Amino acid sequence: MYVIVVGGGKIGFYLATALLSEGHEVLVLEKDPRRCEFICEQLGSVVMRGDGCEARTLADVGTERADIFAAVTDEDEDNLVACQVAKHKFKVARTIARINNPQNEMLFKKLGIDVTVSSTNLILEHIEEEVPTHSLIHLLNLEGGRLEVVEMKIPEDSQAVGKKIGELAIPPGSLMCLMVGKEGAQVPTDDTIVEADARIVVAIRPEAEAMLRAALTTAK
Amino acid sequence: MNIIIMGCGRVGAQLAALLDRDGHKVTVLDVEQYSFRRLADNFGGTALVGDGTDEDALRKAGIEDADVFVSVTQGDNRNVMAAQIAKHIFNVPKVVCRIYDPLREEMYSTLGLETISPTMVGAQLFRDMILG
Repeated sequence: MYVIVVGGGKIGFYLATALLSEGHEVLVLEKDPRRCEFICEQLGSVVMRGDGCEARTLADVGTERADIFAAVTDEDEDNLVACQVAKHKFKVARTIARINNPQNEMLFKKLGIDVTVSSTNLILEHIEEEVPTHSLIHLLNLEGGRLEVVEMKIPEDSQAVGKKIGELAIPPGSLMCLMVGKEGAQVPTDDTIVEADARIVVAIRPEAEAMLRAALTTAK
Repeated sequence: MNIIIMGCGRVGAQLAALLDRDGHKVTVLDVEQYSFRRLADNFGGTALVGDGTDEDALRKAGIEDADVFVSVTQGDNRNVMAAQIAKHIFNVPKVVCRIYDPLREEMYSTLGLETISPTMVGAQLFRDMILG
C-alpha cells in the first residue's frame, strides 16, 4: 500500500518506521528541514520537505494514488485541513487524523475524515480500565460519538443486585447487550436477575451515562 | 447583530471597531491578552481570551446566540477549522473566514464556506494599480 504520513514528529517517524518494516510504500511530509534530514538519515529517502496542507505539495507526491493518508502533526487544525485536501482534491479513500482535543472527534467525522485517533481518549480508556473505582468503562464510540458502548461493573452493595433488569430505571433508548456473571455471558432480558460483581455491557447515548450509573451502582 | 470575531490582529481589531461603531454587539476572541491592545479605547464590545478552535471557548464567547462568526487569525488552518465548527456544530447563520493560500481558499469555497483570500485580492489590486 502507498501511505502518506503528514508530520515527521515522533509519531510520524515511528509510524513510518513500522509501515516500512511491513513492506509498505511510505512518504513522510515534514516542514522542518532538520527533522527531514534526521528522517532521511534514519529511514532513507522517504521524506519530503513540504506543507501537507498545500494542494501543490500533495500533487507532487502523487496523493491521488495514495491508499491511506494519515495526518499526525500535533496540531488538530493542520491534521483536519490536510485530510480535507486529500479527501476533496485527491479523492483518497482512507484519511486518518490524529486529534488532541477529544471534542473534535465529532467535527472531524462530520467533515468526512474517515478515522480519528485521539491520544487523550486512548489514555483515558486505559486509566478507566486500570482504576477499579471507576465503574463505567468506555469500550467503543459509534456514530461519531452520538452513541457509545460502555461496560459497568455492578458493585456488591448496589440496590440493583437481586432485582430484575425490567425493574431498573434504565435510560430510555439504551440497550443492555450483555451480562457477564458467575454463570458466564448471557444476553439479558427484562427477567434477568442482576448479580453482584457482574459486568453489564450497554449501548447508550453519552448524555444518559449519569442515569445508567445511578440505576446500576447506587448503594442500597 | 451578535458578531464573534476570532483573532484580534490588525484586521480583526479594525473590523471590530467598524462593526461596534455600526451598533452591533461584538465579541473578539484571541489566545493572547496582549493582542487586545489593538482595540480602540472607546471599543464597546467584549474582548475574551480563548481559543476559537475549542468548542467550550466558543460557547463562552456566546456562539450559540451568534448571528455572525468571522475568523481572521494568522493561521489559515485555524481559521478554516473554527469556521467549520461555527457552521457545522453551532449552525451560525453567517460564517466568513480568511484563507491566505489561494488554492486552499478555492477548495473551501467550493465546500460551501464564505472565504476571503487577501493574497488574491491584494495581488489583483496591485495589478490594477500598476496597469491603471
